[in-house]
This record gives sequence, C-alpha cells and structure tokens, in this order.
Amino acid sequence: MTDAAAPRPAMRRTIPPQVVGLSSLVAFFLSMELLIQTGVINRFIVPPPSDIIGSFGRVIVEENVFGRFLLTLSECLIAGVLLTVVGVGGGVLMHRFKLLQQACETWVAAMASAPIVLMYPLFLVIFGRSMWTMIMMGFVAALPPVILKTLEGLSSTRKVLVNVGRSFNLTPSQQFWKILFPAALPTIFVGIRLGLIFALINIVGVEFLINFGGLGQLINELAERYDLPGTYAAICFVILVSILFFMTLEKIERWLRPFD
Amino acid sequence: MLTPTKPTSQDATDDAILVVDNIVVRFETPEGPIVAVDDVSLKVKPGEFLSVIGPSGCGKSTLFNVVGGLLGHYNGKVSVAGETIAGPHQSIGMVFQEESTFPWRTVTDNVAFPLELTGMAKAQRIERARHFIALVGLDGFENRYPGELSGGMRQRVSLARTLASEPKILLMDEPFAALDEQTRLLLGDKVLQIQQQLKQTTLLITHNITEAVQMSDRIVVMTYRPGKVKRIVEIDLPRPRTSEIVGSEAFGRYVAQIWADLREEASRGMRDEEKHTLSHPKGGAS
Ligand SMILES: Nc1ncnc2c1ncn2[C@@H]1O[C@H](COP(=O)(O)OP(=O)(O)O)[C@@H](O)[C@H]1O
Ligand SMILES: [Mg+2]
Repeated sequence: MTDAAAPRPAMRRTIPPQVVGLSSLVAFFLSMELLIQTGVINRFIVPPPSDIIGSFGRVIVEENVFGRFLLTLSECLIAGVLLTVVGVGGGVLMHRFKLLQQACETWVAAMASAPIVLMYPLFLVIFGRSMWTMIMMGFVAALPPVILKTLEGLSSTRKVLVNVGRSFNLTPSQQFWKILFPAALPTIFVGIRLGLIFALINIVGVEFLINFGGLGQLINELAERYDLPGTYAAICFVILVSILFFMTLEKIERWLRPFD
Repeated sequence: MLTPTKPTSQDATDDAILVVDNIVVRFETPEGPIVAVDDVSLKVKPGEFLSVIGPSGCGKSTLFNVVGGLLGHYNGKVSVAGETIAGPHQSIGMVFQEESTFPWRTVTDNVAFPLELTGMAKAQRIERARHFIALVGLDGFENRYPGELSGGMRQRVSLARTLASEPKILLMDEPFAALDEQTRLLLGDKVLQIQQQLKQTTLLITHNITEAVQMSDRIVVMTYRPGKVKRIVEIDLPRPRTSEIVGSEAFGRYVAQIWADLREEASRGMRDEEKHTLSHPKGGAS
C-alpha cells in the first residue's frame, strides 16, 4: 500500500503553487460567470467577470485611471515612508525608555483597533481637500502596528545575543545597531507590511468618503453612476497598488536579509 | 562530608591570571531567596585548562556570568591579572551554551565581529577572520550564513568569533551541551588542540565528566544548592590527550573519583527538582 502511495506526493509536488493559485482564481471567476449568466446571482448587483474585464479599456481611457493610480500610489508611498520613520522610531524610543513603553503601549494597542478613519472630518479641516488629508489619515491609522511590531522585535531579541554584545563591551549605540536592530528587522518588516495594508485601506477609504483624489474617488464616482463593472475594474487597480507594494517590500527585505 | 578540600598545591600561586574570590550570589525567587553560588573561590594560572563541573542547577552558569562580568549583584570579587573587574572585561572571551551566532552575518562577518569593533581595516580583518575560521576547521564555509550550518559548526563559529578577540582567558559555558555525542567528541578534540596550540588559558564549565577529565589540568567539583566548591582535582595525565586516552586505566580512575563526588550532588539535585515539580506541578525544571 505504501509502495503504491509513494509516487503520488512526488507527482503532486511537480505542480508549481503559482499555477494552483492562478487556476483556482480562474475557476472562481468562471463559476461566478456561470452563476451570473444563469441568473442565480443578479447581474445588477454583481457584474459578471467578463463585463469587468470588458470595462477595463473604458476605465483606462475615459477615467484617467493611470493618473489616479499614480496619485493613490504616491499617497501610499509617502504615508509608508512616514510610517517607517515615525513608527519604527516610536517603537525604538518605547523600547529605549521603559517609562514611555509602560505609559503608551496599552493605548497604542487600543488605537490599532479603533476605527480611526471615522475621524476624517477632523483631518479634512486640518489639511483641507488635498492629498495630505489622505496621507495623514493613512499614516495615523497605520502607525500602531508599526510601533508595536518594532517594539516586539526589539524586546524579543534573544538574551544570549545581547549578552554576546555585552561580553564584547559594546557601547549602547553599537549594541543597538549591531545587535538589536538587525535581530528585530524581520519583525519590523511584518509591522511595515501590516502598516501599508492599513494605510492603503484608509487612503482609498478617505478618497471614497470625501470624493477627492485617486482610485477611491473613481470608485465613488463609478458607483454613483451605477457603473458596476467599472467600479470593480477600479477596485482591481487598488489591488494592483497593494501587489506592487508587496513586491517592492519583498525585494527590499531580500536585499537586506539575503540569507532567508 | 561536604567540607571542601582546600586547593593546597595552588595556594602559593601569585602568578594566577584569573582569581575568583569568595563569590556569593543570591537570587530572589517567588519561593524565596536562593543562594546560587556560595563562597566559591578559584584561581586559574596562565595557559591552564580549568574545568568547573557540577550537576544541573548548581550555579555554574551563574558563576560563568559573574566571571564574564554580565551579572551585577554579587559579593566577592573577580580579578584578572591583578585588576578587579566591574563588568565585562576585554581580557575575557565568552562562549555561550546557547546558539549565539548572528544569523544576519556570514561566517566571516561573524568571526570578524570583534575585530570590526576595534576599527581594524576591512581587508585586514577578513584575513584575521579567515585565520580563525581555519583554526576551527571551517574553511570553505566563509561566505555561508549560520542558518546553512549544523549546530556543531555554528558553535565553532561562536568559538572562532571569541578567539578572534584574542582574549587572555577563554571562558566557556557548556559549549557542547546542545550537540550530539559524536559532534561533541570531535569538537572537544578540536578545542583541546586549539587550546594547546595557542596556550590559551581556559575556564570550561561543564557537566560532562569525560570531557572534563580529558581536557583539564584541574577540575573544580561543585556541590548542589548551595553551589560550593566541593573538591579540586588535579588531572595528571600526559598531553597531548587524544580521544584514545579515554580508554586508559588512569583516566578511568579520575572519572570514577569525580563521579563519586558528583553522584551525591546530582541525586540531591534530582530529588530537589522532583520535590519542586510535585509542589509546583506547572513549573517545569529549568
Ligand atoms: N536570574 C535568576 N533569577 C532567579 N534564579 C536564578 C536566576 N538565574 C539562575 N537562577 C537559579 O540559580 C540556580 C543556579 O542556576 P544556574 O547557574 O543556571 O545553574 P547551572 O548552570 O549549573 O545549571 C538555579 O536554581 C536557578 O534556578
Ligand atoms: Mg547552565
């Protein structure tokens, strides 16, 4: 029995995971198409995938989707840079000064789950109808995970590595740059990745809410025109932003940590 | 029964490079204060290989941390070449029991770490690092990351890194404890060979009798709770000591003698841990 079963896992392994992922996606769209075409799902609520694909050209040509895409992308990018600098910096400070950590950790964690996006009117008043409203909104909403993950990474550095540093008489700044920071880097990256997701959601959300800016506004407009295929096509571009960020981040991480 | 034998033959040594003087370490634990190290004194001469042996939990690592300057609160004093230490001392190089390589650095960069701190030029420190990598027998793995190496190889990287700082005293805490038996034996031979080659003053902490007898000039046997010096045994075996010596009769006598001392302590330790586990079912033995 085991003899007969043995070759099977080997065969399964020859199918690359990307193919499985892609084909399950295709299968999902095909079944949606089928369900909608046969009328099981109302096509005025969920447009068939073929209509969405068909509307790509229209959205790209008529709605200046690339300009909006770039706008949303750059808002995310600026928010991401701010996040990394302030979030990682904040985490480092909280790790360095225990009093600060004891004072702030709880409410930073509480802030992570608060629906900060609902504060958009306040941001609108402060920053006006400019891209800074979106950037700051995304930045503030995404700050907690970056701070918390940085703190976690630094605090969970293995004791023995810290002791190696101490045994070599490292100065506090050497101890940080040569041991704590590189040891915490993988966890910090998890934080930045989470932060970028939060930032993107909030940025697109605010664009939608205040009907201003990039892809979020486009989604709002198309939805109000009841152009459902167009709306979904625009959502695909938001997903593209997210994919781009992930790929870039992965590249950076690979470059910084070539060994895993 | 527990009267520690005075280190008679070494009393007159003023030439000791490392002097550990009446060290007492207490810890506050939820179950009350414990004395981890109780009045331990020892001297290590230049070029000497001294081992401290004792059952698990007898305070060996605590002593290691005191000598290495990593522990702040203790009574007594540690001096290196006549100078009392307060904190980590550059003459003492530590090798830890746990895996302690930096996973983000290649073997070369790990070993060059202490040289980097001294501000040595890059080309020169790579050359120095290669020398120590070859010394521990890792040539060919210079550009690998620790994640690509076995446990024994990583421990050799740690050893090379410490040796690269050229410490006057090499201080090791059960450096082979996490390794399998074969690797442990081979690595033990390697360490012994390096120690003889460099005439490296070494203080090895271990719970392995064979290892201690094979390597040491003297062995300090510790008691369990409180951790005191029970006896100091001089090992009078010819060098170089290869693994073959392990079969000799004289070797066997030393092992039996130390085991007789240790058995009592080890069984006390075991009883103590059983008692502890029974009264605190959730707290495992450390
Ligand atoms: N930081 C600490 N706080 C409280 N107790 C400790 C601490 N470090 C060690 N101990 C206790 O001191 C005793 C000796 O520990 P240790 O030196 O690690 O022993 P060994 O290395 O010989 O196994 C043990 O009972 C241990 O539980
Ligand atoms: Mg120990």
